Order: sequence, then C-alpha cells, then structure tokens
Amino acid sequence: MAQAPDHQSLIHALGADLAPVRPLRPPLWRAVGWALLLAALAALLAWHYGLAPMLTRWRGAPDLAWAALGAVLTALVGGWVALSLGVPGRPVAQAWLVLPPALLWIGASGVGCLRSWLAPDTVLATAAGARGCLEFILAFSLPLSALLVWLLRRAFPLRPVLTAMIIGLASAAGSASLLEICHEFDAAATDLALHALAVGLVVGANALCGGRLLQPSRRRHVG
Amino acid sequence: MAAAQSGDRVAYERVLGESVGLIRAVARRQGVPPDQLDDVVQETLITVHRVRHTYDSGRSFHAWLAAIAARRAIDILRQAGRRGRRELHEPLAVELHADEGRASDAAEHAERAAALRAAIATLPPGQREAVEQLGLHERTLAEASELTGRSTGALKVNLHRALKALRDRLHGEP
Repeated sequence: MAQAPDHQSLIHALGADLAPVRPLRPPLWRAVGWALLLAALAALLAWHYGLAPMLTRWRGAPDLAWAALGAVLTALVGGWVALSLGVPGRPVAQAWLVLPPALLWIGASGVGCLRSWLAPDTVLATAAGARGCLEFILAFSLPLSALLVWLLRRAFPLRPVLTAMIIGLASAAGSASLLEICHEFDAAATDLALHALAVGLVVGANALCGGRLLQPSRRRHVG
Repeated sequence: MAAAQSGDRVAYERVLGESVGLIRAVARRQGVPPDQLDDVVQETLITVHRVRHTYDSGRSFHAWLAAIAARRAIDILRQAGRRGRRELHEPLAVELHADEGRASDAAEHAERAAALRAAIATLPPGQREAVEQLGLHERTLAEASELTGRSTGALKVNLHRALKALRDRLHGEP
C-alpha cells in the first residue's frame, strides 16, 4: 500500500455497523442434530426391512458387525470433526480423529473379501447387487452431504477443501451404515471395490464442489 | 468479544483496537513483508466483523483471532505472489509493443473504463451504492447517508469491501 491505512477509522466504521448476532452453536450440539437425522433414517429403514436379517448376518459373520460399527463411528466422528473445522481456532489435527473408526470400517470390510475363500458357501454380492450398493451410497450421500453443508452455513471453515472431504467421508460412512440394514449379502471383493469407489466418488465430489461452496471468500456476510 | 456479540459497540471497538498487535504478530510469523502487514490487519478486522458470531465465549479469543489472521496473511501472500508473476512479464510486453502503446492509449482507457463499469455492476447492491455515491458522484458521507438511508458506518464498510472486490476482480483475483 502506498500509505498506511487508518485502522482506527476502519474500527470506528465496523463499530458503527455493529449489530447483535446470535453466536454459532457449539459443533457438538450441531453434531447431535446430524446423529439424530442418521438415527431417524436408520429407524425408517429398520421399520421397512426389519432388523432380523441384519442380525442374522452379523451372527454368521461378526466382521460385518465390526465394519458397521466402524462406519457408524466414522459418520458420527466425521460429522463432528467437519462441524468443528468450521469454527476458527479449533485444532486442525482433530481431522485425524476420523482415521481410527475409518480404519475399523475399511479393515473389517476387507476381511469379508477373504471369506469367499474361507467359507465358499457364503452368499456373495452379484454384480447387479454390488451396483445397487454403489447407487445406494451415492444416492444417500448427496442429501447427507447437503445436510452437513447446511449445518455449516453460518460457520467459517478456514480449510474448506479438508472440511468438504471430511463431510464426504462422514456422509459416505453414514450411507454405508444405513445400507447395512438392507444389505442382502456378504461383502465380496467386487462389492467392497464398489463401496470404495462410492466413498471415493463422494469424497472427491465434495472436495471439488464442497471446497468451493465452503470457501470463506465466497461466503455471504452474515454479521 | 462476547459483549460485542450482543451489540456492545464500546467493547467491540476496544477489542478490535487491542487485536491489531496480535494480528501484526501473526502476519509477521507467516512471513508477510512489513509493507503488507497493514493489509492483513484490515482484512482480518473486516473478516472478524463478518464472522464474529463464530466466536465461542467459552474458548480462547486469541486462538480464534490468530486462526483468522493466519488465514488472511496466507491469502495476502498468495495474492502478492500472483500479482508478482504477472508483473514479471510487463517489461517484455512494453518492449514488444512500445510503439503501439501511445497509439492505443485512448482505446485502452475506454476498455479499462468499460471493465470498471462492468465490475461495479456485479457488486452486491449495498457495495455498488457506496461506490456510486461516494466514488463516482463524489458525495460526502453525510449526503450519501441521507440519500441511501444507510448509516455512515455501513457506507464506509461497504465502500471498503467494494474497493477490495474491485481490486480483486480487475487484477484477476478469484
């Protein structure tokens, strides 16, 4: 700048423009809203499909239950982390918290692939069934991602791309958790690959579009 | 800051005034050159105003402010980097088109004016109004305030934001 700007005059101008604002609710509060919505969707699917088939599958293959637990935890922790990243000053290292549940989810899902060799009679996904999983995860991830973006509408994510990627992971994990209720077969390599593709697509799409959407310089003034 | 969130102007101006030192320190730590420190301070103050609702009174104000200041410092450094890369080619352009420069002065001027008019047209209504009243019609703050019904403070903030937006657009910043 050619000459030092007058900070005091800007401060007075900002003071003159001051209006009371409603403080943003803490991320944990908003994360509870996210968890309640997932629970409501799960209850709807459970009411429609029943829980017996899922519990039978889990009794026969406990790794599926571990994978489901990992997916649920990834969705919940991911949602909370994404909402935390929308508040300046929160440690970015919190993003690593999604890693342990995500590893449980991915690792336990991978174990299912070995079962076709260990237990040849297991009912595995057909190509059409696996494609159905892909479509289910993509179809549910879009509104779930949109919901998390909406929950971040008043927030100010300083790392929009990272935030959008975590949103993608959380929503894909949420979709995979819901899919578990109506999944009719055990995981095969093709099924797992399509799950991974779906998660990758959701995370990538969020990073591309969500990053722009959450970009601080593109947000409207709310104060 | 919590008092400022509920509209206490005195507390707000005091906290902003006291924040300048911390913002400068954060910007220096990020490697911002001394001649751009004031830009970071101004951008950070405007951002703080815009997102003051995100401050959680149960947490550290310094951590909140430092995170915003660090982000704005990085933005300023990136903008300066992009501008620097563009300006690197200017001597070459002048050398190659030295004779065309004088002949096309009028056309270039008209082109710049059109670009400025187009950029002003894309501003949000409040900012466009501030530029038109204060910049183009050269009205005083009091006159503009009377004509638009906006407070002089709001006009100043809108003008500041508009000038930044225009600078970014005309220099090709996102």
